[in-house]
Amino acid sequence: MSAPVIWILIPLLSGVFILFGLRERVSAIVGGTIATVLAMTALILPIDTALLVGSVSVKISPAIQFFGRSFVLSAADGTLLAVIYGLAALWFFGTEASGTAHRFVSLGLIIISLLIASIAVEPFLFAALLIEMAAMLVIPLLVPLYQRPGRGVMRFLIYQTLAMPFILFSGWMLAGVEASPGDISLTTQAGTMLGLGFAFLLAIFPLYNWIPMLTEESSPYAAGFLLWALPTFTIIFAMGFLDRYAWLRASTQLSSAIQFAGVFMVASAGIFASVQKHIGRMMGYAAIAESGLIILAIGLRSTEVVNITFLLLLPRGLELAVWALGLSIIKRETYSLSFDDVQGLARKFPFATSGIIIAHLSMTGFPILAGFPPRLALWNELASQSLFASFWVFVGLLGLLIGAIRTLSVFVMAEENIAWNWGESGIQAGMLGVGVIGLFILGLFPQAMQPLLSRLPAIFEHLGQ
Amino acid sequence: MIDNFLSWFVVLLILIASGIMLINRDWRVQLGALALQYLAAFWLVTRHLPFAMGSAKLVTGWMVVAALGMTRLSLTTDTEEDTFRPRGQWFPIVLIGIVALVAFGATPRIEAATPGLGLPVIAGSLLLIGAGLIHLGITADIFRAILGLLTMLIGFEIIYAAVESSILVAGFLALTNLGLGLVGSYLLIADASSRTIVEDELA
Repeated sequence: MSAPVIWILIPLLSGVFILFGLRERVSAIVGGTIATVLAMTALILPIDTALLVGSVSVKISPAIQFFGRSFVLSAADGTLLAVIYGLAALWFFGTEASGTAHRFVSLGLIIISLLIASIAVEPFLFAALLIEMAAMLVIPLLVPLYQRPGRGVMRFLIYQTLAMPFILFSGWMLAGVEASPGDISLTTQAGTMLGLGFAFLLAIFPLYNWIPMLTEESSPYAAGFLLWALPTFTIIFAMGFLDRYAWLRASTQLSSAIQFAGVFMVASAGIFASVQKHIGRMMGYAAIAESGLIILAIGLRSTEVVNITFLLLLPRGLELAVWALGLSIIKRETYSLSFDDVQGLARKFPFATSGIIIAHLSMTGFPILAGFPPRLALWNELASQSLFASFWVFVGLLGLLIGAIRTLSVFVMAEENIAWNWGESGIQAGMLGVGVIGLFILGLFPQAMQPLLSRLPAIFEHLGQ
Repeated sequence: MIDNFLSWFVVLLILIASGIMLINRDWRVQLGALALQYLAAFWLVTRHLPFAMGSAKLVTGWMVVAALGMTRLSLTTDTEEDTFRPRGQWFPIVLIGIVALVAFGATPRIEAATPGLGLPVIAGSLLLIGAGLIHLGITADIFRAILGLLTMLIGFEIIYAAVESSILVAGFLALTNLGLGLVGSYLLIADASSRTIVEDELA
């Protein structure tokens, strides 16, 4: 059996089976179990290495041919697969607790398998097409059949679709740049195309306006899943470009442009978050700031680029899952997530509100939480390169912290003589508890991520060397 | 010689179809124009790709048109008037004129930079990309936004077919087109059902 069959085809077919064959209640358990098994398999079974099971020799081949092109998952991708499917399992198990619209697990599995295919496809720039397909599959999650599609969903669809042609064209032009590296005009055109493509895909300022709209008008859990899954794979795709083309890695102008885009995203999202009066939009801006930090990490002129980027990517899935689950629980009660409607809810939903605040604080880089170690590492590198950038990152994170304090004050602003209740179900409290404990563990013992982090940079041959 | 003449005729057809799609407000006419664009794209794509691959694109395109048409036909409630879209016919005519000028102006330069693509292929592609972008720029309506995206995508496919002949890419692009059509249908149905629920509640 080959790796693409196990980690792409099986989840894809499982998703289709769950969509048409299983009830919603069972789907969360089945989908979560499948994702867990796939994560464990990726962690235990090495790709392209013969294993002796009894008297039988088993070997997972890394590649498969499909319409004349290859899908390759090498031994180095094993750790990434384990991380992705592990986090996906967390999201799928959480659907039961979040009461999210059905189809989440089935479509989620299909989306994850398409995104895994995007890192496996050769030539790698065809990934743009697979990311676009995954983006289209997110739409039914964001818009239930009885809900009017909002402007955020339309903008999301338009921006993701516009990104694809730019990236495919830039890939073709980059091949020309490789053939004639002295052609400045072609290099500029290819760079511009690539930049525009990733600006649309990664929602770089000012193209991120759909994110707060989406987190306001759609299910927080589905929006959170989208904000975790798509940027994670897009970042890996973008790093693939830097790894593949030496002149992109060597370009100081490109590095400065990436850093500037990242700083601008962090600062602007932080400032906007500090004045929000809607906790759904607040999550959107925090996700933008987090993406900005990751983009900033990619732009670092350092050998630690890959380590810091993955250090930022790993807790992101957990932070967003806890935050989105907390929001979903509250939204089922209040229907709206504006400050007026969620005021004093800490006494009614102590677990959900605590989860939201802790996830928010983690994203601001609060000590002892999961977001702190990666921000510290990033700041350490950034400060040695640009104090100006460090200052604006500080401003952005301060804005997020102000947003967290405002949210906390709204949650605890209950009328007098209201008793404390436990409004969450056992499953909801359990899922939130596991997530929050995870955030503390990753913050207090960041070395817990080390076994994964030490193996992830092997995905790239040149980047960070 | 005849091929070249036919290709330029197809470019003219694209200009007319794009103009009609932009000016006319009747969804039937707009879908007809989209179907015509797919036919024109088929001709231009087969300048560089085998007939079978071009046919696959045409069939996929017409399937998208059929999916959108059947969805629109099945909606009992009419879609809301697009208040964002400028009224009057002169504005879209001027816009499509600007697109045509830019497209025909840029065509020789692109051909000089990347010889072998063919002038009609570049002109047709740029016209469709420009028309699609304009469509996206002047509407907030779901149906028209999907038409704009599909138009832009057809334009891109024409020029990309000239530089990439992979079957996998052709298949993925066909899936993207089909997916966009289905997503458009889904969003139209969601929009209509939400309004039906609101109307029922008011009644």
